[in-house]
Amino acid sequence: MRIRIDHETRYHYDAPVRAVSQILRLTPRPHDGQHIVHWRVDVDVDGRLRETEDAFGNIVHRLAADGPLETMTLTVTGEVETTDTVGVITGLPEPLAPQVFLRDTPLTEPNAALCAFARDTVRGTDDRLEQLHRLLSALHAEVTYDTRSTTSATSAIDAFTQKHGICQDLSHIFIACARHIGIPARYVSGHLARSDGVIEQEASHAWAEALVPGLGWVGFDVTHDACPGERHVRIACGFDYLSAAPVRGSRIGGGAERLSVRLAVAQQPMMQRQSTGFAQNQSRQIQR
Amino acid sequence: MTAAFDEMFGEAGAAIEGALPRKAYAALDKWMKAAPPEFFDARRRQAELFFRRIGITFAVYGEAESHERLIPFDIVPRIISGKEWKTIEAGLTQRAAVLNAFLADVYGPGECVKAGIIPAELVYGNAGYRVEMTRVRPPHDIFVHILGADLVRVGEDKFYVLEDNARTPSGVSYMLENREVMMRLFPELFARHRVAPVETYPDSLLATLRSVTPYASDQDPTAVVLTPGPYNSAFYEHSFLADKMGVELVEGSDLFVQDARVFMRTTEGPRRVDVIYRRVDDDFLDPLTFKPESALGVPGLMAAYEAGTVTIVNAVGAGVADDKAVYTYMPELVKFYTGQDAILPNVPTWRCREPDALAYVLDHLPELVVKEVNGSGGYGMLVGPTASKSEIDVFAHKLRKDPQGFIAQPTLALSTCPTFTEKGLAPRHVDLRPFVLTGADKVRVTPGGLTRVALTEGSLVVNSSQGGGTKDTWVLDE
Amino acid sequence: MLSRTADSLYWLARYVERADFLARILEAAMRMASLPAGDGAAGAEWDSAIAISDQREAFTAAYGAADEQSVRRFLAFDHANPSSIRNCLAAARNNARAVRTALTSEVWESVNDAWNQFNALDEKGMDMQAFARFIEWTKSAARAFDGAVHRTQLRNDGHAFLRLGAAIERADNTARILDVKYHLLLPASEPVGGGLDYFQWSTILREVSALTAYRWVYRESIKPWLVADLLILNRQMPRSLASCSADIAGQLDQLGQAYGRRGPAQRAATATLGRLTSLRIEQIFQSGLHEFVVGFIDENARLSNAIAEQYLL
Repeated sequence: MRIRIDHETRYHYDAPVRAVSQILRLTPRPHDGQHIVHWRVDVDVDGRLRETEDAFGNIVHRLAADGPLETMTLTVTGEVETTDTVGVITGLPEPLAPQVFLRDTPLTEPNAALCAFARDTVRGTDDRLEQLHRLLSALHAEVTYDTRSTTSATSAIDAFTQKHGICQDLSHIFIACARHIGIPARYVSGHLARSDGVIEQEASHAWAEALVPGLGWVGFDVTHDACPGERHVRIACGFDYLSAAPVRGSRIGGGAERLSVRLAVAQQPMMQRQSTGFAQNQSRQIQR
Repeated sequence: MTAAFDEMFGEAGAAIEGALPRKAYAALDKWMKAAPPEFFDARRRQAELFFRRIGITFAVYGEAESHERLIPFDIVPRIISGKEWKTIEAGLTQRAAVLNAFLADVYGPGECVKAGIIPAELVYGNAGYRVEMTRVRPPHDIFVHILGADLVRVGEDKFYVLEDNARTPSGVSYMLENREVMMRLFPELFARHRVAPVETYPDSLLATLRSVTPYASDQDPTAVVLTPGPYNSAFYEHSFLADKMGVELVEGSDLFVQDARVFMRTTEGPRRVDVIYRRVDDDFLDPLTFKPESALGVPGLMAAYEAGTVTIVNAVGAGVADDKAVYTYMPELVKFYTGQDAILPNVPTWRCREPDALAYVLDHLPELVVKEVNGSGGYGMLVGPTASKSEIDVFAHKLRKDPQGFIAQPTLALSTCPTFTEKGLAPRHVDLRPFVLTGADKVRVTPGGLTRVALTEGSLVVNSSQGGGTKDTWVLDE
Repeated sequence: MLSRTADSLYWLARYVERADFLARILEAAMRMASLPAGDGAAGAEWDSAIAISDQREAFTAAYGAADEQSVRRFLAFDHANPSSIRNCLAAARNNARAVRTALTSEVWESVNDAWNQFNALDEKGMDMQAFARFIEWTKSAARAFDGAVHRTQLRNDGHAFLRLGAAIERADNTARILDVKYHLLLPASEPVGGGLDYFQWSTILREVSALTAYRWVYRESIKPWLVADLLILNRQMPRSLASCSADIAGQLDQLGQAYGRRGPAQRAATATLGRLTSLRIEQIFQSGLHEFVVGFIDENARLSNAIAEQYLL
């Protein structure tokens, strides 16, 4: 499937900013199920934008812009050709020992209830793939998808306790469970081309990957109770939302900051580029 | 528990009336016996005045910032003979080399894991293992430039390493101030002993920092001390060291990164920084990479580090080496990297992650010291022999729930040293934290270190946060 | 030198100077209040102290009407007033602590002792006499600091930033008094021999410790335009605007020389000093005393910003 992505993030600062420094994880890496046709990251202010990699093997851009700035816009455009690999990810460089993905982070650390849930769900099978599929379905049923109850700082414990969350929370909970039963698991940020034809989206997508002996890394999208397929565009991975965050930044000066995000993910053969009527998003996409 | 080895009176312990002092203490003993008791009272008051004047304070965790407290200082020195020191020095040098080899290995090829010396999840699953360091090769391959190893003594020739402090070991200012005060108070004692100097430490530290500059050709590298700021409990030490070395004491906001190079903001404009002796934890160093809310760090610092334009002392990610669980593998790691046995052995340790060890530990809690793998400063530990039944039960529960999180050690009869107490001189348990500097040019071990003393009778906890005091430590130049 | 270090030195000196100024304002108000009430001016002296501190809104919100008790509390002890003597001493000590190694032990101790002694005070049980002693103590604490700086501090760039902070703050303080009391100095208010006017002029002089100085300089009875001349243009008077400006320009010249570079701060300071040197008091009255003072306060604030931009950020 050919998927086109147009992603614009606009910052408005209440007072002029003296300097901005950011790390952007907005560029996909090719793997066996994903070919990058073209991709471009742009910024509308003077500064330096340097492409490099991070420890997870993600493609990152380091942005340094000098002020004074009152607004700044990041624009990402690209096209990706995907094929369905039933969730199995091959052809990516894997620079880290898989055991690093066993550690807890503040966002993915489990509590007693989560641990019990994980153990109960996988009871009766030693097959890792089977265990992960059970977790996937059980969590999809257990936690309701809901865009209003959590923020980007919500932990797996909090989301699991209130049984509500978005793709980020569902992925954190899945990761916490998998790690608890000894399976290396990681967070993946990306985009989803919706099957209902809706192009403008409120926010980008997220799912999890877990290491299955014999198969390697396999994706699990709790939000959709499925393994990621040809509609998923994989951008970056990390321990959790924070370490895979699309944008992390700091700035000197500027007072309060407001964000507006426009995101369009379109299946290409069916539709040409669309450029009007994008949705607005105030909070979720990017965090400092 | 058997009688502890006494630093002054030896294996016989301190209890015996009229016992003869060990050779290194002979002159001190004679001198002390000759002095009238009021003399010591007066000197102790004087010492306290000195320290108050100097302003060594130590904000204790959990107490208000304004509650600045003095660490008690005991005027009886702890003396180490030249021969004893030679062994300690060789052992520390070996230890520092192995820690550095281990870190270069785990952030590089991972040979020790592949060879099965240490379990992979213990290294890579460790929160102190910073994945970012797989992309950084620290200048000169040195990770632990400053090592503060905690040693304990249990017999005439028996020193153990209790803990490696490979992140930002503190206490060196006390070592220096203690010596300063002792020399002012007892010049006549120094005339009777050849005490190896510790005063050279700041010079040695500066030489070490300058030697590890990323640009070998740079004749005049700029080093700075990076502090979290005046509200940090060790701020005094940070400013003390910067002052003694004659380098700037900077906070995160004084530094900035441009084109992957670090600069400091000065009244004369930006100035390049080559070496950062940081007293800020990894987590707070760079908000773009680590904790995003940290205001203590420098945005983009890791990018400069990755580009090889700055040296961070100690290296980011060194914490995986002083983890208490990794510690238990040090004897094997010493053998693996050097082919030799450890000159300074570990305290025998049970790894509660291993089922047999856990069972043993649970059965013997009243005799053991149990420590949290990630704890420090004497917090989160159980001292079996002094714990109540309910404390032991609580700990047993914790242990069963999270065995990976704990190690256990026998309750050691830490050596004692004569110490002034309310009731006069009495033996109190001590440990020793010497400091090892590893530079690109050489390894420098300061003769002596910080002797910490548990002031409560029978107590084995020497941490200043738990009521411990300090002593001057003499290494005799023989 | 680190910009932050320079910034802390600059603000350390500013806060000590401000604490001293607040003490003088309170002292002058007490003296005025001790006069027999006449001309319906009762309470006005306390109100004017608040006006000089330029914090009327915050004061009114917290206390309502200005009287001896409320003004004493607000200007000396209030935790919530960022410019109370308490908070000035606390801020001075925090700045000093942050740059302890850049200070001699004498300077550090002068600031640290002041803060410790302040904390030992019993403000609740303070009667008029005790309060007067407290005012004297505050002034002497500031003098102890000045003396320690003068006697022990290296004459390097750090010293220049201390001096700059003190001079900028002092110029601002003198200008604030003029801003609030300019009407008393206008020709229209020239005396008909009323005792109250005399006391008000002399109070202005007391606020800047210049009552005796006035007599030495002018050898005349107190005349309002001469009071203005003394406070604005007289270079012998250490708190006059001209004197402060000369000090500022001189310190900035030294920094420019030491660093081999002059910038906007030097240009602004030189311009201000040049204007004050060529002006005569009659010209100031002609074009409006109040406009002049307001203009100067602005100019001084801009100069402070220029110093910050050039050296402290």
